[in-house]
Amino acid sequence: MEAFGLLLHGFAVLLTWKTLVLMMVGLVLGIFVGVLPGLGGPNGVAILLPLTFTMDPTSAIVMLSCIYWGALFGGAITSILFNIPGEAWSVATTFDGYPMAQQGRAAEALTAAFTSSFIGSLVAVLLITFLAPMISSFALKFGPPEFFAVYLLTFCSFVGLGREAKHKTVISMSLGLLLAGIGMDTVSGNLRMTFGSPELLRGINFLVAVIGLFGISEILLTMEERLALRGHAAGISLRVVLGVWKDLPKYWVTLLRSSFIGCWLGITPGGAIAASFMGYNLAKRFAKEPGSFGKGRIEGVFAPETAAHASGTSALLPMLALGIPGSGTAAILLGGLMVWGLNPGPLLFVEHKDFVWGLIASMYLGNVVGLVLVLTTVPIFASILRVPFAAVAPMIVVSCAIGAYAIQNAMFDIWLMLGFGVVGYVFKKIGIPLAPFTLALVLGNRAEDAFRLSMIGSGGTLKVFWSNGLVGSITTLAIVLLFWPVIDGLLGRIGRKAAGQNGDATKS
Amino acid sequence: MSQTDIEIVVEDPTAPEDDSPSVVSSGTIEIVVCLLLLALAITLGYDNWRTGASWDATGPEPGYFPFYLSVILGGGSLYGLIVALLARRSSRETFVTRAQGRRVMAVFVPTLLFCLVTQVLGLYVASFLLIAGFMRLVGRIALWKSLLTAFVFTAIMFVTFDIAFDVIMPKGPLEAALGR
Repeated sequence: MEAFGLLLHGFAVLLTWKTLVLMMVGLVLGIFVGVLPGLGGPNGVAILLPLTFTMDPTSAIVMLSCIYWGALFGGAITSILFNIPGEAWSVATTFDGYPMAQQGRAAEALTAAFTSSFIGSLVAVLLITFLAPMISSFALKFGPPEFFAVYLLTFCSFVGLGREAKHKTVISMSLGLLLAGIGMDTVSGNLRMTFGSPELLRGINFLVAVIGLFGISEILLTMEERLALRGHAAGISLRVVLGVWKDLPKYWVTLLRSSFIGCWLGITPGGAIAASFMGYNLAKRFAKEPGSFGKGRIEGVFAPETAAHASGTSALLPMLALGIPGSGTAAILLGGLMVWGLNPGPLLFVEHKDFVWGLIASMYLGNVVGLVLVLTTVPIFASILRVPFAAVAPMIVVSCAIGAYAIQNAMFDIWLMLGFGVVGYVFKKIGIPLAPFTLALVLGNRAEDAFRLSMIGSGGTLKVFWSNGLVGSITTLAIVLLFWPVIDGLLGRIGRKAAGQNGDATKS
Repeated sequence: MSQTDIEIVVEDPTAPEDDSPSVVSSGTIEIVVCLLLLALAITLGYDNWRTGASWDATGPEPGYFPFYLSVILGGGSLYGLIVALLARRSSRETFVTRAQGRRVMAVFVPTLLFCLVTQVLGLYVASFLLIAGFMRLVGRIALWKSLLTAFVFTAIMFVTFDIAFDVIMPKGPLEAALGR
């Protein structure tokens, strides 16, 4: 029960007025960001990151992670009330959430959404509390070859398991890795791909790219759509809340199933979006009368919201334990860790106990406070949508520019941000995924360093990646995952052939 | 239901029309993007080959990784190019319609101007001009509302970043005249 003691210590770190205020500020900003179209979790965190540069790392991460929880909560509000998903992961919530609102059961749907979000993240946080220290202490034994194998596994699983066209994932990832390599080479000190430009000497900053890719491009995309909306602003009364909570035990199977799906897809790079759809579809498949889904069934709200939150939260597990983010937002938080001078990876649990356990404790506290906050303030946040987009858009642009500039005090970065904004807009429209790009950009240098250090250690032979059981199995798994679509296809063909032969046998 | 439902209605008078003609198809853009990426891959690949992309006694040289990444990127974009060329005739998916393009430009051009003005006059002046101008000209919001919002937002940003958090933004002649 060492984890429990450390967690209590984390709460002690957290319970100061300053941190609590930052937490509330983070949650409110997060819900705001989640409700507004044209801004989302990763954008919000990326834009607000510069605010935290002068804070101590613990306060900074508490505030940033609260922005993230807030955004997760906020996405549900617009889905249910206006049939407009504020975030991609709340699309599945609209299927049953909006019909419920139309039937005058908006308060019930909102309570269900917030409560299941809370349950989903609680399960994920429990998992992090007990699993992350174990994984990280195990990973302390890792040398450069093992780390490279884990990075390779992450990259390969993106390519092999991603739902986008494979060549587009490959393009996105190799572009990210290439851009990460610009600037001074950390091992040899040589300059790479700078073409004599002093601006490129520093390399392309990950956060600048993220602000452009997610912030600016999202504004461009949002402007394309019709921004008119119509819906209800419902207040939630205590009676409705208690009514929904009283019925919760009836849905324990759905909640548990969705939590499990969410945790699994959060740790592997499946993401909250896939989790919410999978949670919804499975709930529908296992229901007694699947036909009633889509017509305002409360389980249709429980299932996707639980899964999305479990996934969004558990994405932080590999980031904390191994230094490998499980989602775009986790990648940005990882970028933040580096800015604050912390080295992400298993040593974090040894060298910065206050920071790690403060963060984990803030996940518990942030979710409780967040739940109370959204339940009581929904009408206020719903009315944010009355603010015209023409006023919101330029403010977001200015915030993005401030964020991009503040990272390295460079005007060049503002131009770079604009460039990445255009790239992000075009990529999103032609279906090149941005998540592999983000991941590659943040992990590129670390992966290359790990590879080259293993090479120096082994005298330049690739056999080092199969030198012991652990590293060998991770490397092999990575290669299997990379070619998974091919392997899966072959297995399917063999399976069909076998089935066909059996069928012939029974016929004759 | 005992609670009172307040209806929220937001109109969007400048929304793009649904029947606006297509400017360019997704297939064409995909071809252009693949060509650009291919050119980038060749440029970066050449630079890395020059730096040294072979494998010496202690392992890979500095250009080794980026060189092969350029090869992968080049391969991926070449494949994408072929796929896009083959699919071109069958799918005529719209990348952007004329009305949408106009709206996107209505954000992009001011943002571009904002970056230029930031370089010359400093970020806070540019911020005020962007917000006020955008609200008035694109959003057709009353002038006094636009000016007030722009001023308040810029002032909040200034107090938060320059004074409270000590994050210094680019400045121009106006700030110099005011002594900051």
